[in-house]
Amino acid sequence: MTSENPHFSEMHASDGVRQPYAHYASWFSDQNRKRLAKKAGQAEAFFRRAGITFNVYGANDAEERLIPFDLVPRIVSNREWSKISRGIDQRVRAINAFLYDIYHRQEILRAGIVPVELIAKNDAFLPQMMDFKPPGGVYTHIVGTDIVRTGEDDFFVLEDNARTPSGVSYMLENRETMLQMFPELFSKIKVQQVSDYPKNLRRSLAASAPDSCTDRPCVVVLTPGIHNSAYYEHSFLADQMGVELVEGHDLRVVDGHIAMRTTRGYKVIDVLYRRVDDDFLDPLTFNPSSMLGVPGIMDVYRAGNITIANAPGTGVADDKAIYSYMPDIVEFYTGERAILKNVETHRCSEPQTLKYVLENLADLVVKEVHGSGGYGMLVGPAASKSELSDFAAKLKARPSNYIAQPTLSLSTVPIFTKSGLAPRHVDLRPFAQVSPEGVVITPGGLTRVALKAGSLVVNSSQGGGTKDTWVLED
Amino acid sequence: MLGKTAGGLYWMFRSLERAENTTRLIEAGFRIALTRSTDAEAEWKSVIVTSAAQAAFEAKYNSYDSLRVTNFLLRDADNPGSVFSAVKSARDNARLVRTALTWEVWTAVNETWMLLCNILRKPVKETELPEVLAAIRQQSALVRGALTGTMLRMDTYHFCKIGIHVERADNTARIVDVKYHALLPASSVVGGRLDNVQWETLLRSVSAHRAFRWAVEEDFTAPAIASFLILDQRMPRSLSFCLAEIVASLGYLADSYGEKLASHSLADKLRARLDNRDISSIFEEGLHEFLGSVIRDNGNLGLQIEQDYRFNI
Repeated sequence: MTSENPHFSEMHASDGVRQPYAHYASWFSDQNRKRLAKKAGQAEAFFRRAGITFNVYGANDAEERLIPFDLVPRIVSNREWSKISRGIDQRVRAINAFLYDIYHRQEILRAGIVPVELIAKNDAFLPQMMDFKPPGGVYTHIVGTDIVRTGEDDFFVLEDNARTPSGVSYMLENRETMLQMFPELFSKIKVQQVSDYPKNLRRSLAASAPDSCTDRPCVVVLTPGIHNSAYYEHSFLADQMGVELVEGHDLRVVDGHIAMRTTRGYKVIDVLYRRVDDDFLDPLTFNPSSMLGVPGIMDVYRAGNITIANAPGTGVADDKAIYSYMPDIVEFYTGERAILKNVETHRCSEPQTLKYVLENLADLVVKEVHGSGGYGMLVGPAASKSELSDFAAKLKARPSNYIAQPTLSLSTVPIFTKSGLAPRHVDLRPFAQVSPEGVVITPGGLTRVALKAGSLVVNSSQGGGTKDTWVLED
Repeated sequence: MLGKTAGGLYWMFRSLERAENTTRLIEAGFRIALTRSTDAEAEWKSVIVTSAAQAAFEAKYNSYDSLRVTNFLLRDADNPGSVFSAVKSARDNARLVRTALTWEVWTAVNETWMLLCNILRKPVKETELPEVLAAIRQQSALVRGALTGTMLRMDTYHFCKIGIHVERADNTARIVDVKYHALLPASSVVGGRLDNVQWETLLRSVSAHRAFRWAVEEDFTAPAIASFLILDQRMPRSLSFCLAEIVASLGYLADSYGEKLASHSLADKLRARLDNRDISSIFEEGLHEFLGSVIRDNGNLGLQIEQDYRFNI
């Protein structure tokens, strides 16, 4: 299966099973296939019963769907993980330094490393954040870094999600499901825990409380509501942290603080983990028609009376156009070379590059600069002729809205199918928590897997599935 | 606790209680339709009237045949009081207050909703009706069992209990009001004997036909049945019982929050109207008038609770 397959297989090398998978493979070969198929059915029923679903926008009646779960874990050795986590740590620190700089002296622009217009024309840049230092100096408290692998030692960052990354609940529930289904595996194979995530999140959010907070910080999660696609995750995190899950209409400004309406009156909040976009955060400052946020919260924020995680304006760092400068950004702020590589990225805003992209469209992946979740992108090799020409027209109309990347030869991990194991492409989204006390990265992350043979699209909104991710103890 | 959460818990359990009560009403109607050769239409109509859905039903249909009535009450999405609508609303509220529920309560209500989506996907035939009704009752008991078995006895729990009993008091009062009059023959003197089928429907609507025989030594007379459903403290669906539960839960909130609010005195007053009463004095007051004022005051109590505990504002 490896000889004719050009993609790096994480489980099978040409000379047999790769080392991190050795124990698992021997366990697997002893398993009865029917029993495993039954387990897969049980896992689905468990997810359904627990309501671990996401809403699909645009689908009929806000349909709730399950993200398919595959029972073969993705296994990463401790050595591999230590490189990934050092790389993420470095990158996350650089992103926070970059954000501080962009909203203060803008030295990176003066140095000519990042072009001024990239910031000036960036919708995610918030002038309201200029010269303001968020409590504890942290801008992005929770980061999800999308990583792909193309070879034994080749890890690339595909995207930095520094605004409100989703998927933590799946990372945790996938592990919980595996523990319930295959407890015997975990006594054989030592896997690093992910279950500390909510506890660590609570701690790092509390550590980011504003100086005005003298008591035990009151932390809450802000959700747009039950119709949001990630509502399950919002309620899950609030529940796991033991904090209130609030909506905008539960909050208001009381005596210069943000307070929530409780059965006993208004109670002051110190840290708001918001899962609402910048635009909807404060109708007085941003989108005036928004009902999701809290009128006046930006004034409270600027007065230093609440911590907003992640800080407004953070999106200026995870833009796909900024992405192409990340290696330089990392070097500028850390003085070190980036540990994790970037994927070669063509900026369509540059005329020569646009020409190249149009000529090679069938071999490239083209993405909207501000797009997310696999929407509005073109996967050249998988596209029909008419799709290619339609996309070319969009590109010509708004070149600066797009970047293009070569189609990477993503690694594969087998999934469990009726006819046995079959290789599928995967990516990985580990999660980092940042507070004034430092960066904590949970060992593992969310592995997303394409379910169709050969497909490179792993997004859940596009029919991808997930796997448990194991980082081995050494 | 957030006001919104308190409201979500309260409405979650009100909706579930409503779904269960509607199921019981259908069961009673079905029973009559099966056992009585004449006047099944009138019985189905009184079922619709009791569930306060007459206008909505008549806007759609012009005759009360059993399939229409049962499916309207079970699965019609246009009927906000249908079992399906009520369970959907309960489940939406449960999602909203997911962080205030134990895993057991949440999965029980989520499973109930999944089961209903399945069994109510197509119109329910007469042959399937007993099975469907039994399944709904059983699920409802499962959720309540998870509530009593797993939830901490704190404010969250008591908002659930208040929702259950406010809804149940409303339901029992309506059933007695509508059915008692519908069933009482015009010529009969209050206190006269009722025929078997009549008292049975009334008691069956609240699943109390066996309980009555065990609990009450008297014969099946109108005052005995009315007294049982209104005043008997042992009967978990009686008005007295519901009010005692509401007062107890509000009392818990008063103690733990350290404040007595307007809803507490409303509940005390309403309860006082039931305490130490005997049924003959209620008949003197006029049963219909008495029940009408209980329904109204119970409704106002609900609204006052919403205000006192800041469900919405």
